[in-house]
Amino acid sequence: MKLLTHNMLTSHVKGVTKGYPLLIKATEVKVNEVDFNAQFVSRMIPKLEWSALVQAAEELGHRQDLPAELVPEYENNEEFLKKVHRVLLEVEVIEGSLQCPESGREFPISRGIPNMLLSEDEV
Amino acid sequence: MTSSCRRPEHSAPPEVYYNEAEAKKYSQNSRMIEIQTQMSERAVELLNLPEGQPCFLLDVGCGSGLSGDYLSEEGHYWVGVDISTAMLDVALDREVEGDLLVGDMGEGMPFRAGTFDGCVSISALQWLCNADKRSHSPPKRLYTFFSTLYSSLSRGARAVFQLYPENSEQLELITTQAMRAGFGGGMVVDYPNSSKAKKFFLCLFAGVTGALPKGLGAETSDRAVSNQVQYSGQRCRFKNMKGKSVKKGRDWVFEKKERRRRQGREVRADTKYTARQRKPHF
Repeated sequence: MKLLTHNMLTSHVKGVTKGYPLLIKATEVKVNEVDFNAQFVSRMIPKLEWSALVQAAEELGHRQDLPAELVPEYENNEEFLKKVHRVLLEVEVIEGSLQCPESGREFPISRGIPNMLLSEDEV
Repeated sequence: MTSSCRRPEHSAPPEVYYNEAEAKKYSQNSRMIEIQTQMSERAVELLNLPEGQPCFLLDVGCGSGLSGDYLSEEGHYWVGVDISTAMLDVALDREVEGDLLVGDMGEGMPFRAGTFDGCVSISALQWLCNADKRSHSPPKRLYTFFSTLYSSLSRGARAVFQLYPENSEQLELITTQAMRAGFGGGMVVDYPNSSKAKKFFLCLFAGVTGALPKGLGAETSDRAVSNQVQYSGQRCRFKNMKGKSVKKGRDWVFEKKERRRRQGREVRADTKYTARQRKPHF
């Protein structure tokens, strides 16, 4: 699971109103090389919850001087975009789990695929 | 119900039907791969994404990631959701570029509002119309799916679903729930006159209403297929009857008498009165 996906994922357990951000409990993290696309990264930045991204990167130990606040005029700042690209698309959680901050429900991650299936009484 | 045994959604729930054996077909059967790719191509065309811009898309029922491969080819980034772990394992083995999730469409899409620039789904939606558990209610599940999808799409985004509807009631159920969830749009049918090439695409707009795209093969006159004869609506009568005279003409009568003579039948001699029109009686 990439951190881009994590940034968009919410918990959809019944009764949970926000369910965001999901806590990452990772046991295995991998870094995969992905081609850098400045246009895509700068398009995605306004959609991101920046604080959640920084927090997730911190938890995985891949923050690497990512600023706590979004820098202004990031579109032309290639160095910054490359850092964001690395955190968003290259860092992947392979094994572990995601925990809903409200209900405490855990969603297991195996082989890089989070299992978001709910049981009957959670729908 | 002769057709029921041929519909996979009648045989088992999707997470059971798409087992290892079935999933294997999607990575080995070249015909299946070709059809899936063609349908994804058409679905992306219907999405009408801005040109030259990498988009963030959702693939519902991504399976082994065949449709996702096409999205990656086009330079888009995607997240795939599927309920069958066997199919997702195949996707992992094929090293698809998108991110994968195990999820049930009917439980809703677990994403933040305004995440995706578009959504594609190839042959998945009809699975939602079946109740596989006692707690399942197809209209409710469809509504949950569409309403959560609506919120996870950005404004003006489209969602295109290729599906195999069983009958018109099923289609109506799907479209009603989609409209209830706030979507605009409707069905696009490609090649409506062909039983084999006919494809249904449910084309939904989030937020903005636009003109529904036209289905392929629906118009006859302006879209000519190179290897097919065009239908002109005109009958050709005697123009193309090579070497034969016009029927009921004088030459035709002579030819006919000659032919009958050759057959050894009794034929009156040719005279100046042969094949001459009679004078009017009044």
